[in-house]
Amino acid sequence: MTTQSLDQLKRPIGLTGSMYMHALFYSLKKFNPILMVRNPVMFVVEVVSVLCTVLWIQALIGYGEAPAWFIGSISAWLWLTVLFANFSEALAEGRGKAQADALRKSRRDASAKLLNEPTYGSLYKTVSSIDLKKGDVLLVEAGEIIASDGEVIEGIASVDESAITGESAPVIRESGGDRSAVTGGTRVLSDWLVIRVTVDMGGGFLDRMIHMIEGAKRQKTPNEIALNILLAAFTIIFLGVCVSLLPFSLYSIEAAGQGNPITVTVLIALLVCLIPTTIGGLLSAIGIAGMDRMIRHNVIATSGRAIEAAGDVDVLLLDKTGTITMGNRMATEFTSAPGILKERLADVAQLASLADETPEGRSIVILAKEKYGLRGRDVHDIHAHFIPFSAQTRMSGINIQPEGKNGKRIIRKGAADAIRMYVVEIGGSFPSTVNLMVQEISRLGATPLVVVENKEVLGVVHLKDIVKGGIKERFSRLRKMGIKTVMITGDNRLTATAIAAEAGVDDFLSEAKPEDKLKLIREYQKGGRLVAMTGDGTNDAPALAQADVAVAMNTGTQSAREAANMVDLDSNPTKLLEIVEIGKQLLMTRGTLTTFSIANDVAKYFAIIPAAFATTYPALDILNIMKLTTPESAILSAVIFNALIITALIPLALKGVGYRAMSAAQLLRRHLLIYGIGGVITPFIGIKLIDMLLIFMGVCQ
Amino acid sequence: MTANGIFQIILYLFVLLLTVKPLGLFMAKVFQRERTFLDPIFGPVERLIYRIAGINPDDEMDWKQNAIAMLIFNFFGLIIVYAIQRLQQFFFLNPQGMSAVSPDSSFNTAVSFTSNTNWQGYSGEMTMSYLTQMLALTVQNFVSSATGIAILVLFIRGLARHSATTLGNFWIDMTRSILYILLPLSIVLALLLISQGVVQNYSPSVEIPLLEPTRDVSGTTVTNQVIVMGPAASQIAIKQLGTNGGGFFNGNSAHPFENPTPLSNFLEMLSILLVAAALCYTYGVMVKDTRQGWAILAAMLIIFIPVVFCTYNAEISGNPKLSASAIDQKTSDINPGGNMEGKEVRFGIANSALWAIATTSASNGSVNSMHDSFTPIGGLAALVMMHLGEVVFGGVGSGLYGIVIFVIVAVFVAGLLVGRTPEYLGHKIETYEMKMASLLILIMPLTVLFLTALAVITTAGKAAVFNTGPHGLSEILYAFTSQGNNNGSAFAGLSVNNPFYNVTGGIAMLIGRYWLAVPTLALAGSLVRKKLVPPSEGTLPIHTPLFIFWLIAIIIIVGVLNFLPALALGPLVEHLLMVQ
Repeated sequence: MTTQSLDQLKRPIGLTGSMYMHALFYSLKKFNPILMVRNPVMFVVEVVSVLCTVLWIQALIGYGEAPAWFIGSISAWLWLTVLFANFSEALAEGRGKAQADALRKSRRDASAKLLNEPTYGSLYKTVSSIDLKKGDVLLVEAGEIIASDGEVIEGIASVDESAITGESAPVIRESGGDRSAVTGGTRVLSDWLVIRVTVDMGGGFLDRMIHMIEGAKRQKTPNEIALNILLAAFTIIFLGVCVSLLPFSLYSIEAAGQGNPITVTVLIALLVCLIPTTIGGLLSAIGIAGMDRMIRHNVIATSGRAIEAAGDVDVLLLDKTGTITMGNRMATEFTSAPGILKERLADVAQLASLADETPEGRSIVILAKEKYGLRGRDVHDIHAHFIPFSAQTRMSGINIQPEGKNGKRIIRKGAADAIRMYVVEIGGSFPSTVNLMVQEISRLGATPLVVVENKEVLGVVHLKDIVKGGIKERFSRLRKMGIKTVMITGDNRLTATAIAAEAGVDDFLSEAKPEDKLKLIREYQKGGRLVAMTGDGTNDAPALAQADVAVAMNTGTQSAREAANMVDLDSNPTKLLEIVEIGKQLLMTRGTLTTFSIANDVAKYFAIIPAAFATTYPALDILNIMKLTTPESAILSAVIFNALIITALIPLALKGVGYRAMSAAQLLRRHLLIYGIGGVITPFIGIKLIDMLLIFMGVCQ
Repeated sequence: MTANGIFQIILYLFVLLLTVKPLGLFMAKVFQRERTFLDPIFGPVERLIYRIAGINPDDEMDWKQNAIAMLIFNFFGLIIVYAIQRLQQFFFLNPQGMSAVSPDSSFNTAVSFTSNTNWQGYSGEMTMSYLTQMLALTVQNFVSSATGIAILVLFIRGLARHSATTLGNFWIDMTRSILYILLPLSIVLALLLISQGVVQNYSPSVEIPLLEPTRDVSGTTVTNQVIVMGPAASQIAIKQLGTNGGGFFNGNSAHPFENPTPLSNFLEMLSILLVAAALCYTYGVMVKDTRQGWAILAAMLIIFIPVVFCTYNAEISGNPKLSASAIDQKTSDINPGGNMEGKEVRFGIANSALWAIATTSASNGSVNSMHDSFTPIGGLAALVMMHLGEVVFGGVGSGLYGIVIFVIVAVFVAGLLVGRTPEYLGHKIETYEMKMASLLILIMPLTVLFLTALAVITTAGKAAVFNTGPHGLSEILYAFTSQGNNNGSAFAGLSVNNPFYNVTGGIAMLIGRYWLAVPTLALAGSLVRKKLVPPSEGTLPIHTPLFIFWLIAIIIIVGVLNFLPALALGPLVEHLLMVQ
């Protein structure tokens, strides 16, 4: 994998000139009626375009029902209407195609070393990666590309997964545990791995990703199908309206004793203007663009269905660590025991932590420096011996033996009960005041770390979970959207309560075991809620499989990724919030364009009806409130507006309607105002302008 | 518009609204099988009926079983009505010696009365024996409206229940709606009407000498007048209450023996909307959220009231063409003013306009004035009320399930607008629901437009038209709109008692009723299986003024846009030509 393709994935692919050319090419291919029939609205437009063209040819040879230039112009704009719709879809697909090509490049036809025995050192033969099957065991050595998704059964190695994640830092993959899954297309940088292939060719993660991005096998989502049905119903009704208009027109001529029957060309123009071509033309682009937005957030969804479900989520289960809080606890305060100076406590705590490379240890050093100006000292300069944390003692610390001097300092820090046992053992006493401090700190949701020098208990360091900046605001936005947040943590109830309050989550599950998560999801689902969660470990897999929207971290295990319906390449648990917003945006874009499309019909009636019956009932000209110049210019303007509005809305379809966190009622009001009322007014202005332009250019007079 | 006229319309609306809650609550109790004050009287009758019919009152059925029960029951009703008409000359209670009704007319009437349309191609006092009027027509007045109510109740249970399969029992809901609702109301109304002078007897027609002899069209002197008789009150009560509308006499409620006084007019007019309006409240109670019922009623009234005033205004403004002929159309103490053609002097313009809009909105179809003689805008208003799909009040039961379909469409688009899979009353609206809803909104316009188009290009269709100009198109459009929507009111001006109109109209009525009822039940069958989606902040509230406005917009867009071209060539252009 080259870093170039990595960059391509990370950075959203903008629309380039060549992509427009490609899109144009593909939109011509989409005229194929077999492909078109999937979209009932545009299929109807295509059929009547053919019909109108035939009428035009008829007019050219002198048997026209209307002037050839008029029928010709109408047919041309009808064909353009179809082309614009095709173009929007091709443009949306184009972005995905470019991304898929970048990925596919990485998937060069690698060879693989197939081991005879599933152990390192056994004989192997070199085969093409295409011939691999599930269960095969491969050897991958430094510098080689892993040919397939699999599970490490032996060895440890650093792997460059930037092709998938875009993260340039190599990751460690080893047998056993949560880091045993490897992905096809990634490269081993050092050492070797023995891998058991877990998928058949073409079913690998990278293959699925390419499929998804390309949208080649894009299935319509349930909601899209439902909307398509409604649009088809509108199309059928308006087809009936237009077909029945010819008899009505004939009858009216008899009744009025004057006029010419409505021409088929005008009926076709009316039909295309009335059926919801705007949304019909853009519907598929909206769906593809939604998927594309996910990809640009580095989230790969396994289906469009999952993205839609994301918009409906009512409950978010969030792991405390990494999502709500920074990964690690940080020292926030020193509380000294009675009679001990705070400075001394800070100094001793810093000494004890000098060689402690854990984030907690480092945070103590930094806090002491920030609060009391104590600079870190080098462990070797002070002739100290560092005692690392061990599971037996549950303490860490430092022994300082100044050269040639007496006064050996034995410093320890650790959990209160561990220190208490230690102090009592060496003959000291644990002051009751410190005991009270410890209880108080726990109550506040922090972890107390007691510091002791020799036999003297100096005080307590507060270790606190640091809630990520801005997370509270995000949760309150979610609440406005009607989404409940639930924090999952292994902490005790006290700590959990405090953090939950600080982060502003709606509920929490403390002392949670993996199986509790599954139980909780089931409970919410029984109540009819849709649950979303993120997970990475193998023990998350059952819960991920149960959740409606399950986002696996890309750093997670193979089983977690299999169980989830989305994979976050950045492995950022907060991403769930964006996923929800993208899901909502997808539905909103469909809704707004549908409303806009139907609302447009009002103006089109006002343009076409008086024009169509101008010869029969001149009195109907009172409906020509736009004062369009001639019947031909009126009808042509309506058709041109209808075609151009599709192109005008392509950017909105691809970008999605801007999302705002507000209640459903507020959103409805806002969107009805913009797209409903706006949809009624816009075409009046647009059609009038086009009419003026047509007259100005002398097309009609 | 006069202050008196406006006051009468407001009084009407006020009294109607007063009845909504008590009657609605009572009906909810009836359908939830709770005890009511009528149990001591009708309870034993109900149990007897079940025992005779072999129905277990605790049995529930799924949507298919209910749909089949409904179809079988209605099919047999249709056959019986047809047979009685064809054989009426052999039966008793036929003092005028009416002969058999023609096959096509019998078919049309049978379909018309079983489908709750009550379109009348025939003239009651010239065609039907008393037995036919009572046994065939009045019985269908009860059971066809009870069928509509029963379908509604089954549909409501689909929305009120979750994770279930059954909707209730068609037989029981129908029996209970007749016994506890339609029958008691009809008895009360019939007695009140009799008190006002509506006839109720089995006497043959009476011939009396005219006070002043007159001449008929052929010029012969006429000295005697025939006064028709019959069991009218019992039929008229249910005709009004059950949104049936088929008059005992050809003159319908313009006839003095069918609607003699302003008070009888008020009562009959109230009865048109009484049950349909109260069912909104019943709906709210049964889905356990009365706000939903009020929201739907509000949407209906917001469409209904402006149309009433618009019609009233159009009628009282009269015809500018007549002013040229020095005809006084000004309203004064001695002159009702405006367009009085085809209106009864005892009702006046306000009550005629109000009745016209009530009867077309409620799919009732009874008339107290001749819609054909209305101004073009008045006629347009009546047409539009039907084009909305008979969902503003609509037929008893059918109107409410019709508007709920529109609610579902509105919820679907609104759900998309707020970025959430649409849900209504805790049911997710998915592909199947949209399939059924789409079917339901597209059948009616297609049927009406196709049949109207057929009529205007065939000789048989055109031959029946009495009037020239765009009014002729309005008449044909009105006939099929009325039948396709199971309204039954007639624009008249069209001679419809012939094979072409009897058969095409019969088809329109069958489609309008049953092709809609079955998908409605299927929709309920799908909704009832859904898991409950509990409401949250993200759920769109569907009882707010904003949603009501949106619902109205959807109803008008779907209803009016489809018919706009036809309306433009009919009443609209007629109006423009009139004011030119």
